Amino acid sequence: MTTFLQQTLNALQLGSIYALIALGYTMVYGILTMINFAHGDLFMIGAFFCFLGATFLNLPFIPSLLLSMVGVAMLGVTIERVAYRPLRSAPRVSAIITALGVGIFLENFTLVFFPYPQSVPTLLKTVIWNIGGVTISNLQILIIVVAILMMIMLDVIVQKTKVGMAMRAISWDKSVVPLMGVPLDLIISITFALGTSLGATAGTLYAIAFPVIDPYMGILVGWKAFIAAVVGGIGNIRGAMIGGFILGIVEIMVAAFMPSTYRDFVAFGVLLILLIFRPYGILGKPRPQKV
Amino acid sequence: MPLLQAKSVTHYFGGLCAVSDFNLDLEKGELVGIIGPNGAGKTTVFNLITGVYKATRGSITMNGHELVGLKPNQVTALGIARTFQNIRLFKDLSVLDNVRIAHYSQVGYTAWESFFHIGRYRNEEARVAQNSLDLLAVFKLDAYADDLAKNLPYGLQRRLEIARALATKPSLLLLDEPAAGMNPNEIMLLMDFIRWIREEFDLTIILIEHQMRLVMGICERLKVLDFGATIAEGLPQEIQANPRVLEAYLGEQEVT
Amino acid sequence: MAQTSHPPLTLRQKLTQLWEKIATNRRLLPILLVVGLALSFLIPEFNLVNPYVQLIMMYVGINIILTLSLNLINGYMGEFSVGHAGFMAVGAYISAVLTTQIFARDLNPWLFPLAVLAGGIGAALIGLIVAIPSFKTRGDYLAIVTLAFNMIVKSVIENIEAIGGPRGIPGIPRLTTLPWVFIWTVLAVWVIRNFIYSNHGRGVLSIREDEIASDLMSVNTRKSKLLAFTLSSFFAGIAGALFAHVLQFISPKVFDILKSTDILIMVYLGGIGSIGGSILGASIFTILLELLRPLGMWRMVLMPLVLVLLMLFRPRGIMGMREFRWFVPIDDLEATRRWRARKEAGDAAASS
Repeated sequence: MTTFLQQTLNALQLGSIYALIALGYTMVYGILTMINFAHGDLFMIGAFFCFLGATFLNLPFIPSLLLSMVGVAMLGVTIERVAYRPLRSAPRVSAIITALGVGIFLENFTLVFFPYPQSVPTLLKTVIWNIGGVTISNLQILIIVVAILMMIMLDVIVQKTKVGMAMRAISWDKSVVPLMGVPLDLIISITFALGTSLGATAGTLYAIAFPVIDPYMGILVGWKAFIAAVVGGIGNIRGAMIGGFILGIVEIMVAAFMPSTYRDFVAFGVLLILLIFRPYGILGKPRPQKV
Repeated sequence: MPLLQAKSVTHYFGGLCAVSDFNLDLEKGELVGIIGPNGAGKTTVFNLITGVYKATRGSITMNGHELVGLKPNQVTALGIARTFQNIRLFKDLSVLDNVRIAHYSQVGYTAWESFFHIGRYRNEEARVAQNSLDLLAVFKLDAYADDLAKNLPYGLQRRLEIARALATKPSLLLLDEPAAGMNPNEIMLLMDFIRWIREEFDLTIILIEHQMRLVMGICERLKVLDFGATIAEGLPQEIQANPRVLEAYLGEQEVT
Repeated sequence: MAQTSHPPLTLRQKLTQLWEKIATNRRLLPILLVVGLALSFLIPEFNLVNPYVQLIMMYVGINIILTLSLNLINGYMGEFSVGHAGFMAVGAYISAVLTTQIFARDLNPWLFPLAVLAGGIGAALIGLIVAIPSFKTRGDYLAIVTLAFNMIVKSVIENIEAIGGPRGIPGIPRLTTLPWVFIWTVLAVWVIRNFIYSNHGRGVLSIREDEIASDLMSVNTRKSKLLAFTLSSFFAGIAGALFAHVLQFISPKVFDILKSTDILIMVYLGGIGSIGGSILGASIFTILLELLRPLGMWRMVLMPLVLVLLMLFRPRGIMGMREFRWFVPIDDLEATRRWRARKEAGDAAASS
């Protein structure tokens, strides 16, 4: 029982990081029906911003997090502006390949400056409590709390504000909504800013939890988070959260009860099986094709 | 035995009943029209016959073969072809390829023969090319054989779609709003054209249409759908006088 | 004969004329093939170019096979498969196990084609399985399936100790030679071209254009998808087998998602739905990467930038949806013209 509780806690920690990244994928997909394959690398850049802030500016946790969020959001908006916007009317695949290119560029550009894995200085002193055999660290609590706060904030923005309404409207119909006076480009920029800053948050939290970072760290984590977004139902914000947590739970449970090398295998296998039974994801709905 | 027989065909989208209790006995050589306001379920009937959707209840038979549960390509192989409301050509392929693809089930060579271009490949391909070009010539499209389908003018795209459907060698042709976007003059020509292909290819035809001029001009029998239900059927002049049809088309006030 | 004076041709017109001459001269193709095959024997025999260049030539060939086979799925069928390295891994591992553990060492040079073929067949069988989800799912969801497939293959290999687990297989004999690469590349181009210009291939093309219409025009879309995936993964497996026996060392890491990304880039650089484009894309990518080597790490920064710029200014790649006439079977290329000639002859006979 204690192991189970312990693992659940670990699963929540990992799951909240996946969920934060999955949100970025799903938001961009919802609004542009485009897979932003550079998103995993923006997560990596987020971790590096935090590292830079902590190492060279000696910033504490909160300012490092903010630096990372603002920096990555600016980068994300710039990437959309320069690389994705001109391709909005091009074949969909061109935009996806461009995103792949941007991702590789970010990885290798970072690699030029940091060819070796970097260790992130301790931003917060780790405190460990032991409650009935379950060890809980303040970092774990922090990660889960920050992630959940961010998700609540996002949900409020999307459901309650005017910008959120515009975002939902655009994801429903991109051709009509601009005719009603919604500034399409601005809303898309805001979506990128929000999505990528959530990715940056995930990067920062990841860097705190696993303080050795390298330029390629975003690839596997990013792809996994993307799959989580699809399992939840791509384009669906709450689905992305659910998908992220499911992935976290599966990975931790596999690692706890099986040899750790089976982790990816089982995680992907479970996700595939889920997709076979719910081809449009857990919360996704098929849009019927008109004949 | 009728050529096509639909017995109490019913279809639901989720909770929404798109077609309810649709019945049809179609004799060989007939030209029947299905009319009705937008969203009445006309195209859904075509989709049910051709296997794009699987009917929730009921049975559809073609020459005694049950169609419900078959995949679209199997239905097509039994001799049913169709066109689409909004033209669905293979846009980035040549006009010739569009027609050749519709010959798919009539080509008898295996994958191995296609990998190495051996065996029956040469003769079969020559035959398909010959038949396709002959068919295009019948429709006066042979001059465009090597052009991409998307570069044809709208009227020719409609004509190509019919030629492509006929390449599958159907005995029953389903035309989904063939007069969409045509002016009265073009509609007159289309009527002649439909009569002509019916004779030339020995076809039975079901036609969905909004243009009353066309429907009244060539259909021998009409069925009227509204909200998925058949509200009237009979000869064109009977339908024109039917109060329920007027009601469905024009709204209630006109009748009362 | 009346003499008409032509204005002198500009260089551009001259070049166009020359190109027309080359492109329509079909006798040149067999000559080039024979010369190519001869060179592939002579170059390593007499060291006509240095071994490093020979190595690059082999990679170009292998990459052409990979690019073309992925183009079959992504370009001709219009799906988005992102896990092609998974098939490559299957071919590489099967062939490497055969040559390092099963075959007698001294028989290896003779049995090598068998090992490559076994790699291709193994990959094709796996491709058959991956094709099944494509019956129901399309687009982004199928992309996930192929992505997960790539990761699962890697993960499975990591967990099988008998084939080295995460450490991989070292000491693979260097059996891939320039003539072998040449022969397999030509075979891949020929078979895939033959397939595309056939009834089954047209079925695959029609799926890209409009799957529902294709089904309604009597195309057996399931069979077409199975054929496309099987053929594509077969050649990916062949390429993997050849690759393993150049590299002489394989591990699961070699076939991860980055390798798949490389193949994707070559496909979209050359252009979708084009054999000529695949050959160009694979060659340019492979050679450019080598030429940029002096730039050190910046080379890997420059490469994706080139790709992004290409997509921005030419979203369909170099040859997107266009084809060199050489790669179109003559019967196909000439079908309309021959038919017209026959018809005119028939009309003339009828009127006389």
